[in-house]
Amino acid sequence: MRVALSVACFDDALFPDTGKAAAVLLERLGHEVVFPPRQTCCGQIHWTAGYHREAAGLARSYAAAFEGCEVVVAPSASCAATVRDAYPKIARTARDPGLARAAEGLAVHELSEFLVDVLGVTDVGACFPHRVTYHPSCQSLRVLGVGDRPLRLLRAVKGLDLVELPAADECCGFGGAFAMKNADVSVAMVADKVRHVRDTGADVVCAVDDACLAHIGGALSRLRGGVRTMHLAEILAETGPS
Amino acid sequence: MTASSPGTTPSSPRTSAPVPLPMPKFATAARSALADTRSRRNLRGAAAALREREAAAAAEPADWDDLREAGRAIKDDTLLNLDTHLAELERAVTEAGGVVHWAADAAEARRVVTGLVRAAGAAEVVKAASATTREIGLNDALARMGVTVRETAVADMIVQLGEDTPSHLLSPAAHRDRAEIGELFGRAVPAAGPDPAADPEALAAAARLHLRDRFLRAPVAVTGANFLVAESGTVVLLESEGNGRMSLTIPETLITVAGIDKVVPAWDDMEVFLQLLPRSSTGDRMTPYVSSWTGVTPGDGPRAFHLVLLDNGRTKALADETGRTALRCIRCSACLNVCPVYERTGGTPYGPVHPGPIGAVLTPLMRGVESAANASLPYASTLCGACADVCPVLIDIPDVLVHLRGKVVESRRRRPVPTPEMALMRGLAWTMGDPRRYEAALRRGTRWARLLSRGGRIRRLPGLLGKWTEARDLPAPPAESFRAWWDRTRT
Repeated sequence: MRVALSVACFDDALFPDTGKAAAVLLERLGHEVVFPPRQTCCGQIHWTAGYHREAAGLARSYAAAFEGCEVVVAPSASCAATVRDAYPKIARTARDPGLARAAEGLAVHELSEFLVDVLGVTDVGACFPHRVTYHPSCQSLRVLGVGDRPLRLLRAVKGLDLVELPAADECCGFGGAFAMKNADVSVAMVADKVRHVRDTGADVVCAVDDACLAHIGGALSRLRGGVRTMHLAEILAETGPS
Repeated sequence: MTASSPGTTPSSPRTSAPVPLPMPKFATAARSALADTRSRRNLRGAAAALREREAAAAAEPADWDDLREAGRAIKDDTLLNLDTHLAELERAVTEAGGVVHWAADAAEARRVVTGLVRAAGAAEVVKAASATTREIGLNDALARMGVTVRETAVADMIVQLGEDTPSHLLSPAAHRDRAEIGELFGRAVPAAGPDPAADPEALAAAARLHLRDRFLRAPVAVTGANFLVAESGTVVLLESEGNGRMSLTIPETLITVAGIDKVVPAWDDMEVFLQLLPRSSTGDRMTPYVSSWTGVTPGDGPRAFHLVLLDNGRTKALADETGRTALRCIRCSACLNVCPVYERTGGTPYGPVHPGPIGAVLTPLMRGVESAANASLPYASTLCGACADVCPVLIDIPDVLVHLRGKVVESRRRRPVPTPEMALMRGLAWTMGDPRRYEAALRRGTRWARLLSRGGRIRRLPGLLGKWTEARDLPAPPAESFRAWWDRTRT
């Protein structure tokens, strides 16, 4: 299958390993990966912050960049959620039926959905002999409804010791602009998330959104918490000591 | 709509509200709330207990999702034909011997109620739980005219005794623990005895004795309402203590203040809401006291019944196509109990009337986003969606929050000098709008960010981003971006 990779702008700059891992993984599974070069940002930042005119412009660019791509895979639940859930709203707000039609034509899958639902695999042949806990990001859980797909993929990884995260469903406190505009509440939330992560004794905390991981990881790093953050794609790309 | 009925007196300076202090922005008010250790512990406990009860109660009926959908549909249909239903309600209440008063805003509602209390010659009124009377600032207005107001819902009584602000929509004293309540009772409730905190039952008994006496004395009762049934003119009130029912039966004059959003077309609609509300508000199958009354009944209960129907921004919210969905709200408070922001800040930073996620949408919808405090409310959320998951009438709160953020930004666009945030966001959109500009900025940004980092971590950022690094690190961007790697390895 020919798969167009959608890489979050945030990941492009700060977490390029996520996109690399997704490309390597999909190629390992026998698919052709392309990276449409005109993609920049899906517009999520502007949409959720209230800059709806700007978000409409970015959504149009995104739709144009992926026009004609049969399958788009985003290793970022919040970008996939933006295209699938927010684009129709962005189009409505901007009174742009052209954008609404273009959004309808975009088949964007979050990585775990693509692997489990479209490819029908849970064992991707990964090996990662570490203790891992999984944080279900809010956008993946409540907007996309990925359910236990990431957990099923993690359970099939050779050597991986998956430990349950207490109060896993509670938001980490990132929330885009919220982390800055309401920094105090945001920190109070991530403090509890970090406590739960540490309580699991895991070496790695995993998620399908690097923004949440940047938040949890940023707090862990400040506290010298000794727990690494990894995107699901990075773990699934690991094939263990060769 | 008809004009206010007899009983309304012209505005008097004594009953007009003093100029309120400007509310601080959410983030500012939240900072001090976060430092209140005791309140946070109490709220955490209360929210967790309610959350668990409500989840269990919602899991019980097999048709829960159908009920939610029915609740949504009834509310949406009613709101779209609100004028018709309200006119029907007025007719039915009047036929049943009640008097309907229309209040466009809080000041008019205060004038109506204070006028009725004055006409009744009352020096004391008893009040049943009501967020709407809080919304119109009734207690202060009555106090200014020398009338003593007795809160009879125990939680409201605790807030009143502590000269406190309510922290929760339904349990205004959720931030107080037993020891604090015991202390308050010890000081203000003579029946409480020497160590009331030792025994919750003794606390309840003391409150009961204290209140019984008030009920027997007060000639006027003021209540809120949960539902107003248009076809029959029936008011429905749900409460757990029976003090509300006492207010409805003993005093000679009964005044109910309710928002126009409380109307439902038919008595049969209560089948849906009497399942949704108890399970979503307290996790009960049925609320202990469900009272309903229709006008007046000679020889039984109050001799005069007045229904004050309040707009106060509700039609403004109704005019907003996305925002009007928030008027479905039945004030269950399920969204508060699951909100990770509310659980940590309590109700105070949301302002005096509507706390929690629903308050973060209702207040700006009803009051507008011109003030800095109201404009900050739609941003008091991470958009995590836990509220929408539990809402019994399917209000998509995150969707309304984002919509309101759009309104805030639009209102700021008209300013002659853009705020630093506006400049940053516009610049970002311009950069992202073109792949070449984006790539150039990516290269430049990466170089700068790497200069700011030490040991692979950025520990302090300038400007708006400094809020991030107050308590969190940011990884230094790797020298090679994803797209640079792609170009190097794949093309």
